[in-house]
Amino acid sequence: MQVPAQFEYQRATSVEHAIALLTRYGPESRVVAGGHSLIPMMKLRLAQPEMLIDINDLTELAAIRVEGVDARAPGVTGGGELRLGALLRHAELLAAAEVGELCPMLHDAERVIADPVVRNRGTIGGSVCQADPSEDLSGAFSALRAVAVIQGGESARTVPVREFFTGPYQTVVGPAELLVELRIPLRPGGSSAYVKVNRRSGDWAVAAAAAALWLDGDDTVTEVGIGLTAVGARGFVAEEAEDFLRGLPATEENVVAAGRIAAQHCNPSADQRGPVDYKRHLAGELTSRALRRAAARAREVTWRSPSP
Amino acid sequence: MEITVTVNGQEHTCEIEPRLLLVHLLRDELGLTGTHWGCDTSNCGACTVWMDQVPVKSCTVLAAMADGRHVRTVEGLEGPAGLDPLQLSFMSCHGLQCGFCTPGMLLTARWLLDHNPDPSDREIREAISGQTCRCTGYENIVAAIRHAAQQAQQ
Repeated sequence: MQVPAQFEYQRATSVEHAIALLTRYGPESRVVAGGHSLIPMMKLRLAQPEMLIDINDLTELAAIRVEGVDARAPGVTGGGELRLGALLRHAELLAAAEVGELCPMLHDAERVIADPVVRNRGTIGGSVCQADPSEDLSGAFSALRAVAVIQGGESARTVPVREFFTGPYQTVVGPAELLVELRIPLRPGGSSAYVKVNRRSGDWAVAAAAAALWLDGDDTVTEVGIGLTAVGARGFVAEEAEDFLRGLPATEENVVAAGRIAAQHCNPSADQRGPVDYKRHLAGELTSRALRRAAARAREVTWRSPSP
Repeated sequence: MEITVTVNGQEHTCEIEPRLLLVHLLRDELGLTGTHWGCDTSNCGACTVWMDQVPVKSCTVLAAMADGRHVRTVEGLEGPAGLDPLQLSFMSCHGLQCGFCTPGMLLTARWLLDHNPDPSDREIREAISGQTCRCTGYENIVAAIRHAAQQAQQ
């Protein structure tokens, strides 16, 4: 029987209360939400917090808000923001039609995260705070250039998700801080896709790629974000491939070349999911596939900026 | 710590250690052994129960997290009129062999049919993709769930 080591347990009644508890109990305390990363680690004694602070009652952290745009109105100009509460369950993100319309990559990713029952419980904030190198949303939010809102005792701060991860299982969230929201900037004329290869349904990725891109009327890539999962990419991002593709037409040749560049610059390690060569090959191929799918979707979107 | 959990409509107050998992509360403290304890890693789904109307894997939920909440186990499927129609379909379609995965299958399938009364086979397979059957009985499990859906439509 796998049983966690002993700990104390408290339920937070508000964000302020959660932070007060974190402040009082210090680095030996841990926040638990869905618990589907932390509790298995506690059962294996890889994590042994002395105080567990349960934030499941903080439903104010489970909102989905679209700010500044009406996604359903064609021809809308300007930008906006998709704001996702950290306590959103994976299943809730997958069920939200507006998320699928504005950021289809998030629905692509959610469909292949674990299984439906696990998705009922696991949260998006928990996933990114776990910072597992094989976790799917880290690459997705990085590709989307999302911004993390981190609440501390005095005030909140914002950190680009690309600067959020400091290493495997490590983030910039301090011991008395709480990730409360992820904000995704929205601009017209773009779309996104997430493509993953895993050995079994619901398993962690062997490799996966996330692509968000924006096209102008001539099919030129005006901006692009490429995220990579499980292949040792710095900050989960393929920056060299982004730099290559920005300003070029979204042709098959360029999409394939961007994949090749992404493969060159990632740093996978061999494990039970496959050798380095195979993972590097996947990184390139999946980057190209994600870019291709995102470009096809971007050509279809009704939410476009009008021609100048 | 003291918790109060409503299981299948009945309130239970228990003194527990915070590290007790919900599956062990149900089986060892409350004697509800219909919930099976399988892989212990939230992969197999044998321990699936409903918490506040949503299927969850009870090996990865602390009993403390269920304090003040409503839990439904396989024992709670049977109503005043007898077994749930889904249970009857599992019987008539041979949707089980050893029966170890059955409680989790039933609770996940009940939730599916409550939210999607006429699912396609693909939707059924997706819904039970977090439940492992090692008797390789998926064909009959899918047939049983489809049968229950068809019975309810009539």
